[in-house]
Amino acid sequence: MKVCFTAKGATIDSASEERFGRAPYFIIVDIDSGAIESVENPYIEGAGGVGPKAAQLLISRDVRALVSGQVGGNAREALVAAGIEIFTFRGGSVGDALEQFRKNALQRSG
Amino acid sequence: MKIAVASGKGGTGKSMVAANLAYTLSLAEPVTLVDCDVEEPNLHLFFPGPGESSEVTIPVPGFDTVACDLCGRCGEFCRFGAITVLRDRVLLFPELCHSCGGCMLVCPKGAITESPVRIGTVTVSSPIPGMTLVTGLLDTGSPLAVPVIGAAKARAATHPLVLYDSSPGTACPMITTLDGSDCCLLVTESTPFGLHDLELAADVVHGMEIPAGVVINRSDGTDQATLDFCAEHDLEVMMTVPFDREFAVIQNRGGLLCRERPEWQERFRALYAGCRRLAGVSP
Amino acid sequence: MKRLAVISGKGGTGKTMVTAALAHLLQGHLVIADCDVDAANLALLLNPRPLWTKPFFGMQAAAIDPDLCLGCGACETNCRFEAIRPDGGIFRVDTLHCEGCAVCRLVCPAEAVNMQPRQTGMICYSETDRGHLVHARLVPGAGNSGLLVSAVKKTALENDPKSDLLLIDGPPGTGCPLISTISGVDLVLVVTEPSISGLHDLERVVAVCRQFRPGVLVAINRFDLSPTIARMIHLWCRDQQIPLIGEIPFDPKVIETVRQGVPITRAVDSPALGAVQEMAVRLEEHLDSCASVTG
Repeated sequence: MKVCFTAKGATIDSASEERFGRAPYFIIVDIDSGAIESVENPYIEGAGGVGPKAAQLLISRDVRALVSGQVGGNAREALVAAGIEIFTFRGGSVGDALEQFRKNALQRSG
Repeated sequence: MKIAVASGKGGTGKSMVAANLAYTLSLAEPVTLVDCDVEEPNLHLFFPGPGESSEVTIPVPGFDTVACDLCGRCGEFCRFGAITVLRDRVLLFPELCHSCGGCMLVCPKGAITESPVRIGTVTVSSPIPGMTLVTGLLDTGSPLAVPVIGAAKARAATHPLVLYDSSPGTACPMITTLDGSDCCLLVTESTPFGLHDLELAADVVHGMEIPAGVVINRSDGTDQATLDFCAEHDLEVMMTVPFDREFAVIQNRGGLLCRERPEWQERFRALYAGCRRLAGVSP
Repeated sequence: MKRLAVISGKGGTGKTMVTAALAHLLQGHLVIADCDVDAANLALLLNPRPLWTKPFFGMQAAAIDPDLCLGCGACETNCRFEAIRPDGGIFRVDTLHCEGCAVCRLVCPAEAVNMQPRQTGMICYSETDRGHLVHARLVPGAGNSGLLVSAVKKTALENDPKSDLLLIDGPPGTGCPLISTISGVDLVLVVTEPSISGLHDLERVVAVCRQFRPGVLVAINRFDLSPTIARMIHLWCRDQQIPLIGEIPFDPKVIETVRQGVPITRAVDSPALGAVQEMAVRLEEHLDSCASVTG
């Protein structure tokens, strides 16, 4: 199963990013195989509708869960409709978030 | 002849000028007054009366779930983020849709058709002899003022003498209102706020190449900064209305200065003559 | 951080005067945002010292390369915004009308259309005696001020995340900029005036607020100019269960201070100031009792 973490940088050591639609990077981890893919957010400078667009990016990469700080209304609607679970994480690195996710210690959002 | 009444700042007396000008003109010839301040139209409060309403709609896409193979091109194309393609269906965010029609063009399966969604109304009434009032009204909660303004203006397109009352500001609603006007009256007040916003509005009419004049409302006699600005920018000050508590009271209860103080009609007739001069129409 | 927006429905009711006074009267660490980006006047009363400015880019706009354009007119036929104009056998884009949808690029057989960034405003970040101020200047005639409003709010929240209160001077109207302003705020204060237009616009703007989250409060400015209509506003608020937290009298000191470029809090013996001070106390109570947004 693939999980997406919003990040300020491209690596697993990067600080996690609170925003979803305007996160600089999406770090997508395959929990089963451990494979990590880092995707630069093409919509970061977008003028509008970035939330649904970022959601589309996750959907097309078959992501099943998102770990982020805050997710806006439209993005949330798209993610929920796509069956992607949303978890809240603030502060710390993506690595920390991943560890907490594996321990099932993150709070489900919404 | 199409005259737009606009201002950068809100509450400077745009509607007062439009209402009194239209009232005065209606005594001599047929005039159409179009309330383009569709977010907060007020002219119907000065000219009440029954009217006929029609809906303003915009087209938004619908998706044929049988024909659609979820290829995702519509979502990729839409620059407004209004379409998200899920694994089993397409999700539309109608409030993000600009009705550009691009998704329909890009769909290889012909699976998208548009259907109308209501965003507001246009009401046409004849509140007093000689006057047609067209009021655009944006539905509360809808963000899309521009199509409603366009629809309201379209109802008066063939009328010979039309006044447009713009919404305040200098963004798309004001531009849409001013489009196609022969001249524009910029209403301001003698405060630093009024002047600051007049400067912005003057920039817009200049850019659109619409001849413009200025009306100073609620003047307390200290208008030098405004007069200097107008002189520097070749803007004629067409009328100055003094601050008078009684005028405010008349206006506040929905009264018309030109009806309650008929001596003002002459001033507004002169304002109209000034508009014709601005627009280059022979008097 | 709590978020308060001062709005009005109708323009020119005294919203900016009230916001500037509240900046000086409300307690705690503030960050202030002027979201009336079409006509940003708050800076004229808060004596800001600019720290930095940055350009704001709205939706991209189309541009047609005249060397590649075949003059077929497919762009003009398909553009729904009347933003394509014939120009000597070829076509060009009227940027003022372009919404940036890129349909023209889609249909152009000659790949003559490019989408280009378009600067539609400037965001300014300044220091004032009462905290940082974010205001913007929309390029006159540039479209979509709602996007710029969102950017102004975001700039305030991101640069001053530790503030106790985001104080917003909102735009008039009920459309896109207003909706962008009130989304995510805890409380709105509607400053109205005792005129039939003011009441009408108050009813409409409250209807919009009710579709979103915030709590609504009302204040009447220059209430004594039309006591009858002020009374009607009273009754309406009571009927709607909206707290009426202030009635500000007509006071020439208001214009005087605006001319001096200072908030009404600097006036002496001002009846309007007295009323605004009382209002600020009530407002503080409402702010205390509303739950703050997290994040």
